[in-house]
Amino acid sequence: MSASAQKPGQATPLGKFLAGSAVVLYALVAMIPLIWILATGFKSPPDSISYPPKVFFEPTLEGYVNLFTTRSRQTPEYIESLGPPKSWYEELVRKRNMVISGPSRFADRYWNSIVIGFGSTFLAVFLGTLAAYGFSRFRVPLKDDLLFFILSTRMMPPVAVAIPIFLMFRQLGLSDTAAGMILLYTAVNLSLSVWLLKGFVDEIPREYEEAAVVDGYSRLQAFWKVVLPQMRAGIAATAIFCLIFAWNEYAFALLLTSGTAQTAPPFIPIIIGEGGLDWPAVAAGTTLFLLPVVVFTVLLRNQLLRGITFGAVRK
Amino acid sequence: MRAKKLTAVAGGAFLAAMSGAQAQDSEITLCWAAWDPANALVELSKDFTASTGIGMNFEFVPWTNFADRFLNELNSGGKLCDLMIGDSQWIGGGATYGHYVQLNEFFDQEGISMDDFLPATVYAYSTWPKGTPNYYALPAMGDALGWVYRKDWFSRPELREAFKAEYGRDLGVPSNWQELKETATFFQGREIDGETRYGAAIYTERGSEGITMGVTAALYPWGFKYENAPGSYDMEGAVNSAASVEGLEFYKSLYDCCSPPGHSDAYMVANLDAYKSGQVAMQMNWFAFFPGIAKDEVVGGDVSGFFVNPGQNIEASTLGGQGISVVAYSDKKDLALEYLKWFAQPDVQAKWWALGGYSCHQSVLGDPGFAETAPFAADFLKAMSGVQDFWQEPIYAELLLAMQQRVHDYVVAGKGTAQEALDKLIEDWTISFEDDGKL
Amino acid sequence: MPDEAQRARRALTVSNRIASKLRGLSDTAIAWIFIGPTILLLLAINIFPLLWTIYLSFTNYRANQPGRPVRWIGTRNYERLLGSEDIWGYLQATAHFVIWTMIFQIVIGFGLALLINRNFRGASFWTTIILIPMMLSPAVVGTFWTYIYQPQTGIFSYIVDFFAGTGALDMIGSVALAPWSIIIVDTWMWTPYIMLLCLAGLRSIPDYLYEAAEIDRANALQRFWYITLPRVLPFLMLAVLFRGIENFKMFDLVVELTSGGPGSTTELASINLKREAFEKWRTGYSSAFAIILFVTIFGLGNIYVKVLNKVKS
Repeated sequence: MSASAQKPGQATPLGKFLAGSAVVLYALVAMIPLIWILATGFKSPPDSISYPPKVFFEPTLEGYVNLFTTRSRQTPEYIESLGPPKSWYEELVRKRNMVISGPSRFADRYWNSIVIGFGSTFLAVFLGTLAAYGFSRFRVPLKDDLLFFILSTRMMPPVAVAIPIFLMFRQLGLSDTAAGMILLYTAVNLSLSVWLLKGFVDEIPREYEEAAVVDGYSRLQAFWKVVLPQMRAGIAATAIFCLIFAWNEYAFALLLTSGTAQTAPPFIPIIIGEGGLDWPAVAAGTTLFLLPVVVFTVLLRNQLLRGITFGAVRK
Repeated sequence: MRAKKLTAVAGGAFLAAMSGAQAQDSEITLCWAAWDPANALVELSKDFTASTGIGMNFEFVPWTNFADRFLNELNSGGKLCDLMIGDSQWIGGGATYGHYVQLNEFFDQEGISMDDFLPATVYAYSTWPKGTPNYYALPAMGDALGWVYRKDWFSRPELREAFKAEYGRDLGVPSNWQELKETATFFQGREIDGETRYGAAIYTERGSEGITMGVTAALYPWGFKYENAPGSYDMEGAVNSAASVEGLEFYKSLYDCCSPPGHSDAYMVANLDAYKSGQVAMQMNWFAFFPGIAKDEVVGGDVSGFFVNPGQNIEASTLGGQGISVVAYSDKKDLALEYLKWFAQPDVQAKWWALGGYSCHQSVLGDPGFAETAPFAADFLKAMSGVQDFWQEPIYAELLLAMQQRVHDYVVAGKGTAQEALDKLIEDWTISFEDDGKL
Repeated sequence: MPDEAQRARRALTVSNRIASKLRGLSDTAIAWIFIGPTILLLLAINIFPLLWTIYLSFTNYRANQPGRPVRWIGTRNYERLLGSEDIWGYLQATAHFVIWTMIFQIVIGFGLALLINRNFRGASFWTTIILIPMMLSPAVVGTFWTYIYQPQTGIFSYIVDFFAGTGALDMIGSVALAPWSIIIVDTWMWTPYIMLLCLAGLRSIPDYLYEAAEIDRANALQRFWYITLPRVLPFLMLAVLFRGIENFKMFDLVVELTSGGPGSTTELASINLKREAFEKWRTGYSSAFAIILFVTIFGLGNIYVKVLNKVKS
């Protein structure tokens, strides 16, 4: 992007100030829901459902404790009979006439998200790199059709795709397994990774490979030693996009997993506390779930445009 | 070098994922809804692990996602759950489609007699076809729909006076739906302790079964019937009888006059929230929650009172509750049966009730002192003597979703009339029964 | 994309020249080894299931009744679908959602892009901030919005009431407001997408065009109409293509926000499809529904791309 993007008549300092103020105002308003998520995670359950909504409150870790535990409500006499609390979080819970009966499933689901996210990203980028190189450098029959076909796989509503996949997984014993979800996310992410990576390969001048071949490298060696290192930034950006997709995906996870391989997105909406939808716990889970994506978004900001348009628009 | 390391890490994660699918052998997983009684069951099951060495895992899903999630699990032939505390309406599908293990042989072998359990619960939670001695579950949790009210407000002199002046009778537990509505109208918008209060939190949830359970709590007392003759699937004139239409219209009028703002997609948890935060004077909810309410640090103790679903033309309550079944796809059926054997013991059943679960065992319910053990115990027995349930057909989910849509469209979205809603419902159900070969 | 094809053609002639100099595996072999796995996986997980769905759509199959004989029933599922009043209602709700989200997002997104393009200090920092919502998980964020929308305890109603005196707003529960509640959240999430593409379009306009316009004494409106808009339009249309398809398929955000309610007010096509397929288990019927949706998306998408290419050239 050029620094001289100022258009005639638009460059007055006042104009800049007004434009800047409007944008900042929009950004601040758009941030309210996210700030509210962060804040609610540190509210006590009664504070979270107070009217009018509380902007100032006494922060507590109850939401986070509730997120990671399951609790059961008991009479004070029963709680008394258990002896003194063994930890600060047990003490916190007992204030509400509850005892901790065990860990919650949140940590398991989060771990599933990590395993399935990284597993599918690795495969999608691995296969995508090879395919992108193939499409970029070789004469492939029906190339344009194949590339379009790869893209068109994204046009089906996920719920529609899930119908036959459900039957297929049931037949193959892949229902509710990490392997099945990794395979599925890999397939869905391939369209993104092939298109993005092909763009990156196209940008690498062929002269490098030619020079390598003159030096006595084979085609595969040239790919491995010359092209791949140059693609590093592109591969990293693609990987992050694939990871974010797998991380955020909801429909397939909802319909094809039930526990063993369930990821966080279908789980977070159903975190409930004892006797009420526990908004601080939901907010705590949401915060922990969104945080990595926010970090990645900031890291990725210069590649964002390319990623979200499947490489159709490059800066 | 770095690429290699990355490959190793990702590959390792992949392998870990594959192997993670195999759980330990001496552990079983029990699936149920996420609610108070489930937490009590976790507490109770610690004894099972202590006495048998078999570890217990739990998968709990909130009611609004419960059927959706676990029927999906059963239909996919999944091995997540070894034990399933499935809803009463699932028993038809569980038996017909082979999700549940038939338990007759096991019961005979272990000397577990269904006569030891409340007949209404055995009929509703265990048998398929209905009423035959073919058992697919052990009655685990008795339940019916009841009501909770703010006893403290109901006993305030100034409110009692105002109520009497307006309605010419004492403010108290309503004896029919008309009185319930009057009471709710009285509290709607009233200032108590400087805050605006509302009449009654009722079920209006769209996604799973919420509004159907709420609406039937009114329909059954008005005399609603699913069929003209049991087993005939002849619904014209039963489902849309004049009494049914009146009951449905009444439920809508109650929703319109006396529910708190934004109460348009509410099931159990939303009603609890509305009640516990002091928004409403009454809430409909399952008996299952009453022990938790009685123990609550805010609305527990003398603050809350309980009453059975009021009658109108007849006395009737909507049935809740579940039996516990062994999942046919489990690799650890023997351990799961071990759990059933343990759970059926009278002393375990007694502790189950003490911790907040509703035992269906006669030794607990038939105890002369039972009615005194909790403020809602007597009401529970009364409610269970007049329960009615939704279709338990194998295709019940389809029937339920049709009712959810038709009733929600009328009650909450205000589309059409009660007559039209019930007429359309018969059309939907007829198609479903035709597809299923029953008509 | 024509330039794509051109570039590919140019690349091919070069690559043929190199290929003759290469040793080892033949190019064709390498190409298929490289591309093969991807194609195979997509065949297995996309094409085969699609064909299966087409087959199922002509049957009475139910995935939850394993023992039931599967019968070929011709086009009955399609007839029942196209003759159903309810389905048209769901498609209308979907169209309402797609059209209004696009309108809001184009207006706000384009406006923001024009403002950001003035390059005030800190523009890139604030741009990054604005971009965050679109990267988040719609289902997870949607869940939290139900809390924000609570008429009593939520901040949305509180803030709107504070500035506009509307009283408590039942965004999700009222028939009148619910369709807008989902449009607002989608607009909040995805306006940055349109903004980012418009910004790319604005930055592709060479300065000399504006300088020439200055000489011709064109006013601000004329400059916008004759220079800015035509140059940004291809980018904007691409953004609308991607977002339009996504919103036509919309499932996760709305399911968590309203789950189709109140009544069937926000029952979008995908949400109803899920109900039919995974709650009622009418597999054959819902397969037919899926095919109809797919054909609609594919058809509309293709027409749109034709228009887009015309605008581009």
